[in-house]
Amino acid sequence: MPRQYPHEVIKHMHTFRDRLIAWISAASVLLITLLFLWLVLDIFFKGFAGLHWSFLTSAPLNAGRAGGIAPVIVSTLLILGVCMLVCVPAGLATAIHLSEYTVRNPAAARLIRRSLDTLAGVPSIVFGLFGASVFCDLLGLGYSILSGGLTLACMVLPFMIRAGEESLRSVPQEYRLGASALGFSQYSVLTGILIPVAMPGLSIGLILGIGRALAETAALIFTSGYVLRMPESLLDSGRTLSVHIYDLAMNVSGGEANGYTSALVLIAILVMINTGARILTQRIVHEVHI
Amino acid sequence: MSRSSADLALRRLTLVCALSVACILGLITVFLTLASLPAFTDIGIVAFVRDLAWYPRENMFNLVPMIAGSLIVTAIALLMATPLGIAAAIFLSYYAQGFVGASFQRLVELLTGIPSVVFGFWGLVAIVPLLAAWHAPGASVLAAALVLALMILPTIILMSHTAITAVPESYRHAAAALSLDRFAMIFHIVLPAAFSGIITAVLLALGRAIGETMVVLMVAGNVVKLPSSVFDPVRTLTANIALEMAYARDDHRAALFFSGLLLLALVTLLVFIGERFSSVRPEHATAISPRSDQTHAHFP
Repeated sequence: MPRQYPHEVIKHMHTFRDRLIAWISAASVLLITLLFLWLVLDIFFKGFAGLHWSFLTSAPLNAGRAGGIAPVIVSTLLILGVCMLVCVPAGLATAIHLSEYTVRNPAAARLIRRSLDTLAGVPSIVFGLFGASVFCDLLGLGYSILSGGLTLACMVLPFMIRAGEESLRSVPQEYRLGASALGFSQYSVLTGILIPVAMPGLSIGLILGIGRALAETAALIFTSGYVLRMPESLLDSGRTLSVHIYDLAMNVSGGEANGYTSALVLIAILVMINTGARILTQRIVHEVHI
Repeated sequence: MSRSSADLALRRLTLVCALSVACILGLITVFLTLASLPAFTDIGIVAFVRDLAWYPRENMFNLVPMIAGSLIVTAIALLMATPLGIAAAIFLSYYAQGFVGASFQRLVELLTGIPSVVFGFWGLVAIVPLLAAWHAPGASVLAAALVLALMILPTIILMSHTAITAVPESYRHAAAALSLDRFAMIFHIVLPAAFSGIITAVLLALGRAIGETMVVLMVAGNVVKLPSSVFDPVRTLTANIALEMAYARDDHRAALFFSGLLLLALVTLLVFIGERFSSVRPEHATAISPRSDQTHAHFP
């Protein structure tokens, strides 16, 4: 739908106070833009200076002050892998339940949704406490990639479920009715029609979930820990890129330069992820309009 | 419709998954409460406000400076971000022409994706030294509030913008027909009509700000003391957990879990209040907005 700004369609009187709010709102936009450009450009230029291919592939030296971030990238990918291994099946199944099976029992569905909505607002440090007491202590996993990934999974699930549910719901009801008229079982409707049709939407959910997991720091500090070595198993501690940035800034004096570069790498990954999601969204909107 | 055993298995499997996911919130509450039980039995709730100070090693657990720290930093951040965010949303809705509006919106959307640790990092290396040059020590209530305000601004801008554009076109036509000026249209018609959406945005931002850990941990200075001015360093509840969790034992650990429980209760309360206000469904909501259970899509 093309946006219509009212000033294009409606002629208003223009008084002094009209000009005043126009100036005030334009000034706030200018202020916000300048502050944000400062942040983005500061990190871009100071981070770009240290960005070489070897930064991504070499081991850190001197607690991260020099050298690269290879083990950090490996740990990040492992934690992300654990998180997604839990999130994708559990999230998809829950999304299917919420979009396809809730008619008979709306009260239960309401309860599940409310629980997920609240979960989405829980501060990440609280997830960290939960992960530390359940995965690290109770299950005896200690500070490990496994504990961190599982904690992240709890955090990311509500967002992925909501995205999955939305995309399954947007599959036209006629598809289900048609399949049902042809005598398809629910299982084949799901695997043969619903999931393939909803695939772009489901991928957006996955992509955004990955972005959210990558951005997380507070929940990981005392679940996956700080260790900067190359992890040898899932039970080793390892730090993600976000935790690395935090550590370089707070605990390593002189780690600023590498901190900037790591921040740039993290932002670049996230921008790519968000752009991918945006392109997918536009494709869906486009298809629907055809 | 055929009812094969695969269908039944599918249905049961998804139900089990949905129920276990729904249990996470309950599990969090249970485990946080269990872990903070010694706080109720050994320390006692009154100790958290009555003890002389926060000296966990000497069994003194006064949480008041941290609670105050969280509230003060959040309040200042919100006071800065709300008017600025609403003004920017008004600009986006009524004044931005084509390219300018689109680029500003893209910039703000880009910023919703920037992780809090990057905001914290930037605050620490760029803002804190500047503030320190003006008024030592730099890492302070003001620094934390500034960076936090910047972090929650995109949420407020995008959600308020959605709420404002959701106001029916006919309201604005009526305003024009009455020959109201644009000021009157915005302040007496559009903003009141979009009120519930804007309040939801502000509550969501409030929840994010009070639960935010990394930014305050990195720029607030982390001194356990009631701040006497905005230039004083301060420690928030969240930063306190992040700083001491690694070595906390026994009662100290329980006290930290208790502060986690406090945060959880606070944020849940905010979600509840938010539900009262939310009647519009914002598209850009970063947290999930509640929806009705009128299912239109399901297996026949």
